[in-house]
Amino acid sequence: MGTSILGLAWRSLMNRRVSAFLTLIAVALSVALFLGVEKGRNAAKAGFDNTISGTELIVGAPSGPINLVLYSVFRLGNATAEISWNAFEMIQSRDDVAWAVPISLGDSHRGYRVLGTTPGYFDHYGYGQGQKLSFQDGARFDDLFDAVLGAEVARTLGYELGTPIVLTHGLGRAGLTDHDNRPFRVVGILEPTGTPVDRTIHVSVEAITAIHVGWETGTRNPLADTITEDMIRSFDLTPKTVTAAFVGLKSRGSILRTRRAINTNRSEPLLAIIPSQALAELWSVMGNAERVLLAISAFVIAVGLVSILTSILTSLNERRREMSILRAIGAQPAHILILMILEAAVLGFVGAILGVVLIQALFLIGGPILTAQYGIALTGTGLGLVDLVTVGVVTLVSVVLGIFPAITAMRRSLADGLSVKL
Amino acid sequence: MTDPVVSLSKVEFAWTPGATILDVPSFSVEKAERIFLRGPSGSGKSTLLGLIAGVLTPQSGTVTVMGQDMATLPGHQRDRLRANHLGVIFQMFNLVPYLSVRENVALPCRFSKRRKDKVRQAGGIDREAERLLGRLGLSDDDILDRSVRQLSVGQQQRVAAARALIGEPALIMADEPTSALDADHRDQFIDLLSEEARRSEAALLFVSHDASLAGLFDRAVDLQDLNAVKSGVAA
Repeated sequence: MGTSILGLAWRSLMNRRVSAFLTLIAVALSVALFLGVEKGRNAAKAGFDNTISGTELIVGAPSGPINLVLYSVFRLGNATAEISWNAFEMIQSRDDVAWAVPISLGDSHRGYRVLGTTPGYFDHYGYGQGQKLSFQDGARFDDLFDAVLGAEVARTLGYELGTPIVLTHGLGRAGLTDHDNRPFRVVGILEPTGTPVDRTIHVSVEAITAIHVGWETGTRNPLADTITEDMIRSFDLTPKTVTAAFVGLKSRGSILRTRRAINTNRSEPLLAIIPSQALAELWSVMGNAERVLLAISAFVIAVGLVSILTSILTSLNERRREMSILRAIGAQPAHILILMILEAAVLGFVGAILGVVLIQALFLIGGPILTAQYGIALTGTGLGLVDLVTVGVVTLVSVVLGIFPAITAMRRSLADGLSVKL
Repeated sequence: MTDPVVSLSKVEFAWTPGATILDVPSFSVEKAERIFLRGPSGSGKSTLLGLIAGVLTPQSGTVTVMGQDMATLPGHQRDRLRANHLGVIFQMFNLVPYLSVRENVALPCRFSKRRKDKVRQAGGIDREAERLLGRLGLSDDDILDRSVRQLSVGQQQRVAAARALIGEPALIMADEPTSALDADHRDQFIDLLSEEARRSEAALLFVSHDASLAGLFDRAVDLQDLNAVKSGVAA
């Protein structure tokens, strides 16, 4: 019949549907924002932790763990010092080391970092839950002047297999410091990973040495062009230094011992870090911002809830008559109280549910786009406990807030008796 | 003789302590009696109805409704007594604006099981609502499903009367229900209301400032004769 107390609350809200709708929107948007931030930050954290996996140690010149992880994994900033090839070989030949891959950074191509490495990089570099790099096109570098592109590089610059590319010395814009005498050829394009690999151009460490022949002073020697490619190919192109090394161990159990051994190396100062530890440290620095964001979105929910209170309080005067009619018909003060509280509860509950639906729809639509375009897989954004708790808490707080106008309405209906002077 | 539906004895009421506005030594409404209660506005009519309905409590004296002393009943039982035995019609704005005609008429059954059962015995809400509205001159086919906002004031008052009458309460209290109607509609409304009240053996307490209506009732009482407080200016 639609005249149960809940039915009355609903009909009364529908009678004020514009204001009720706006209130619902306010609650829904605030809940969606909160859940979006909460899920987004968890997904970001998960994605961040998944930037590198399978690598037990990263070894570089002594600076700090965060600094080392920033330039070696995220290609952010520059190494202040490098490690010698001897040190790299020493690490590689340790009994407890299963594999070691050198990386050499410093050059760029149109804003994308160039990473010199060995073919072993494609075997050992892992990300996410231990996924390995795979090729969407072509294969790993083989010739000296072969290059393998990350997915984003290929997509953004529109490069295909066979496209010639010219590297730039340092990180400057293309122009004066181009290695235009030594063009590279694209031989492989990687699948998107959602990691900095997507924004990297991979070449061999030997290639890095090769393009710097004649650059020993830091700028191009005018005679550099006279050195032919054949001559370069005949040189010993083993690098003298590399930026860092990714290291895998035979047994994870020896990780602390090995790190200690490398950190106390006598021939050359070295810094070995455990990537997951350094990432956690880095995240704790960035985590503050993310917590501030969460706090702000929680306050936005509070604003949404206050809008429930506002909408009910402003409706009280125009509904005085309605209350006295209900009283005359036999409604108890408790009925009036429950009616008003139910309205608040309905607004809070329906608004929160709408918010959950909204954010789920957003993730559902946006998630695949994000994965397809950037290889970023948002994890844990599905319905979860946090949604249930948020809906529950929002509804509960709505009820608590609803008590205030409800008591006002009840008191008034008692004082008004049967006749309301309007 | 059966108990009166309502009886007041030495009832005194003041909104603020010391300023008594209503002092009724004795007043009663017998079963199925139709009383015209006359009083100018501000004479305490609405207060008297509030006392009978149990939403106001006198400072002294006893109000007895359906043989029950209101003062001895806890609040929720007074509310139940009102829901079960009283039908109230106001001057205007009687209806809950967001409910249909059917829902407005059926509303008392929501709060009173007794009236709900009576309606069920009479053939159900729709049938009883349709019958009452028809008796009161609202016989359109789709009347039950209409929004009350689409009704004229006169039609609204009839829906209010149907709501007061549904489930056969013992007493109908009408507070200036015709003041918004023109003369023709007014007499017709009172006729129909009286007739339906008589049919269900309900007492009718009709309050108005308009003395010319007195002839339409069994008995006419002037509130100023009833009330020992003679100021006549109280709210």
